[in-house]
Amino acid sequence: MATVHFSRGLARYTGGVESLTVDAPRVQELLVVVTERFPGLTQPLEVMAIAVDGEVHQHHDYLKLRPDSEIHFVPQIAGG
Amino acid sequence: MTVHVRTTINAEPQEFLCEPGETLLEALRSRLGLTGTKEGCATGDCGACSVLLDGRLVPACLVLAAEVSGREVLTVEGVATGDTLHPVQQKFLEHAALQCGVCTPGFVVAAKALLDHNDDPTEEQVRYWLAGNLCRCTGYDKIVRAVLDAAADMRGVTV
Amino acid sequence: MSTATKTFEHVGTRPIRHDGLDKVTGRANYGADYALPGMLHGYVVRSPHAHARIVSIDTSAAEAMAGVKAVVTGSDIPKTNAKLVMGEAALDLGAMGDNALAHDKALYEGHAVAAVAATSPEIASAAAEAIRVVYEPLQPVMNVDQALAPDALILHDGMVTKGRPKPDAPTRTNVALRMELTRGDLDKGFAGADVVIERTFTTPMVHQGYIEPHACVARWGEDGQVVVWTSTQGHFVVRDCCAGILGIDAARIKVIPSEIGGGFGGKIPVYLEPVAIALARKAHRPVKLVMSREDVFRASGPTSGTKIRVKLGAKKDGSFVAASASLYYEAGAYAGSPAGAGAMCAIAAYDIPNFLVEAYDIVVNRPKVAAYRAPGAPAAAFAVESVVDEVARRLGKDPIELRLQNAVREGDQAAYGPEFGPIGLREVLEAARCHPHWKAPLVPQPGRKVGRGVACGFWFNAGLNSSATVSLSADGSANVVTGNPDIGGTRVAQALMVSEELGIPVERVRPIVADTDSIGYNDVTGGSRVCYATGMAVIEAARDAQAQLRARAAKIWDVPVEQVGWERGRAIALNGASGREPLTVSELAAKLMHTGGPIIGSATVNAPMAGPAFGAHICDLEVDEDTGVSRVVRYTVVQDVGKAVHPSYVEGQMQGGASQGIGWALNEEYVYDAEGHLQNPGFLDYRMPVASDLPMIDTVIIEVANPLHPYGVRGVGEVPIVPPLAAVANAMHDATRVRFTALPLSPPRVLAALKQRG
Ligand code: FES
Ligand code: FES
Repeated sequence: MATVHFSRGLARYTGGVESLTVDAPRVQELLVVVTERFPGLTQPLEVMAIAVDGEVHQHHDYLKLRPDSEIHFVPQIAGG
Repeated sequence: MTVHVRTTINAEPQEFLCEPGETLLEALRSRLGLTGTKEGCATGDCGACSVLLDGRLVPACLVLAAEVSGREVLTVEGVATGDTLHPVQQKFLEHAALQCGVCTPGFVVAAKALLDHNDDPTEEQVRYWLAGNLCRCTGYDKIVRAVLDAAADMRGVTV
Repeated sequence: MSTATKTFEHVGTRPIRHDGLDKVTGRANYGADYALPGMLHGYVVRSPHAHARIVSIDTSAAEAMAGVKAVVTGSDIPKTNAKLVMGEAALDLGAMGDNALAHDKALYEGHAVAAVAATSPEIASAAAEAIRVVYEPLQPVMNVDQALAPDALILHDGMVTKGRPKPDAPTRTNVALRMELTRGDLDKGFAGADVVIERTFTTPMVHQGYIEPHACVARWGEDGQVVVWTSTQGHFVVRDCCAGILGIDAARIKVIPSEIGGGFGGKIPVYLEPVAIALARKAHRPVKLVMSREDVFRASGPTSGTKIRVKLGAKKDGSFVAASASLYYEAGAYAGSPAGAGAMCAIAAYDIPNFLVEAYDIVVNRPKVAAYRAPGAPAAAFAVESVVDEVARRLGKDPIELRLQNAVREGDQAAYGPEFGPIGLREVLEAARCHPHWKAPLVPQPGRKVGRGVACGFWFNAGLNSSATVSLSADGSANVVTGNPDIGGTRVAQALMVSEELGIPVERVRPIVADTDSIGYNDVTGGSRVCYATGMAVIEAARDAQAQLRARAAKIWDVPVEQVGWERGRAIALNGASGREPLTVSELAAKLMHTGGPIIGSATVNAPMAGPAFGAHICDLEVDEDTGVSRVVRYTVVQDVGKAVHPSYVEGQMQGGASQGIGWALNEEYVYDAEGHLQNPGFLDYRMPVASDLPMIDTVIIEVANPLHPYGVRGVGEVPIVPPLAAVANAMHDATRVRFTALPLSPPRVLAALKQRG
């Protein structure tokens, strides 16, 4: 089961839940589970990128998750 | 009213017609196809348009095209001799003294002008001489080193 | 210093760049150097008001003038809600189109409202004069405080705060986004602190200051095919933006990149290109548009002015226990400042158990900001690193020591979320501490004070999408083709990578930046990504070519391909096939047509963000207390770059970034009057550093390999602009004992502060 971490800011939309274990093969399925459980997260997550096991990915929907994957949401950035 | 200009550019005779208010920079770039001379500001503040007029360093954006009648203009295109680069050009390459390179023609011309009359400048002299040329990419370190090295090269010393 | 174990034959050498000769001889073509037969000259009409409703535009007089071939206004740019996903940040094409030609409102002085194409520049500008625009001027909103005032005028009706607005946030707002990062218990953290420093800082809006103004030529063919020549950091992005804004197929637009005369992030958005296309379409002739320097200052994309409050708590022993920060960033006329990135970078260097960092993206009547080298990070680092310096002084600690004590290391959870992989902050700080500069005594000149400052900086380094091909010629030379405009030596770095993989001497590898029709998609040259991500594509393409070469050797030797290895640029026979002489690339290339035809290696990558990187800068500043004039007299840049492919250009990035940061600290700023008119849109009054302002800039390259890249590359271009603002201000404090919280440290400001100090 992959572990999703919610920062304190995001935990406002999860009723204080700071992490969640999810059984999902890929990021796409994981996001469905997370936003179904916490619909309030849908909008905040629109402006976030995803870090899977420390690697920040720009295009993440079909990324495969390992059973012990750690997922964080990070703000979007652009470079110069 | 157009002005008829006869001049020498990069050691070749040139003739062209221009407007009375047209700058040398505009004439070089759009009438003569000499686009090596760049426009960064058109107000004399960046040095990208540096050329030599009768051996004197001037910003081409502040010189009228009509003024060069009967005089000699040297642009970056005329700095190398055939296949042989001027030492300043060679040292710019060796020292990686350019990044985007848009300021480079101006620096090459300005540095050549310095070394034409002072073949052993100090670092401070190089920095003040080149203070009219803006480079936003390099922080000037490698440019100054390249010019000092070119001077040494022209004096026949290796540093 | 190096932690990389791999040894290299070509990577790490300093060959002359392939495009250098054209640049020192003036042959290289930049944006404004293109001309086509029958080409028209364009002129853009710009708003004199910082904020105004556009009541009407009458173009009839201009259209009637001899030589005028087309006039366009906002009505020629369709309104759209489309977004273009470019890496992390989505480009809002609706806003970009409205910025290219305003539809309803002029949102800053210089906002384009109409454009003309005519047979000469003189006719074009005369026609522009003849266009009658009726404005209804509105009160301009010029800074963060004005934008947040309860009675502030709202720039965009219907703007809602995205991200995590405060529960009590007003519904009509100029705040486009609020985000926050939190961990631990802030109150408890501060309660346990022995020293708490809290200050509010401001930094001015500044410009990237690239020397080449924006310029392009567009041609619209009878068959609807469009060709654009332009100076850009990303021609694929220009293509996709123009297609989205104008509603045409991307495949119908070909964008040919010129050489680029600097960008630093400012040449990512499109300004002129959609307008030039619209004009060319109406005029049935090619159209050239070039910005004047004044246009560049008023109407391209500088970076945000900011207001940042920082509070930092530490124990007597120096350990940081709590931090809070609020970052307010001006976005300019449309949403999209780098406030979020600023928040993520603010305390990224330190392991702090309790923190709250919040960031606000705020629209104001200034030009829409664009990326500028590590966007968002320099201002945040200025605030945080100034406060860290103050904590060190309060505790009587060495500032590098204090930073080392709190520095993040591999395995720590970054303030912005994930765990750090291998990072080089400690190595960087150790190298700074050991550097002769840090140990040298300060020698004041008569009549002057001198001080030394140090500061850290952090940046993520982007990944994103890249394509590359490597093709081999029959004589054994090779071409490497990518789609990233070369802004500072990336072509030679790519050639070095091919040399490394194939053993071809670097001068026999020709690196090429191809147009949008000639190579697969590449994201922009930005985010310090080219050497990393496009480099990965190049290496993979070279390895693809190498695999094909091995297969050719197998054919020649008539052995299975498994029995062919590769070593130092040669195919070698393994076990079963031993006894055969190795075949060089040249020997294999000579037989290409007998062994199966041409060889092209190709690869595309979708790279994750590169390893994050840190730098530390040391600055010695001399201050004339009678005039307030200050001067950097010694400067050292230490940075972890992962792996320096061409060290000269890596040093060049470090030196260039530092000098931009020094300019930001000492002199550069946008000065607006109360009506929102820019007072200094030229190089005379917008004072960038010149050669006589700076000393040599010493560089120390640290190489802590990035595990995501085959050679360990992290990227280099952005980190070096992050520390200088604070390094200079900390040196100023060291010299004068005055803590400056507002930049720039221009002579009048310094003089006033010294008077006050007494
Ligand atoms: S273009 Fe002439 S000095 Fe800038
Ligand atoms: S190399 Fe880019 S401005 Fe000098």
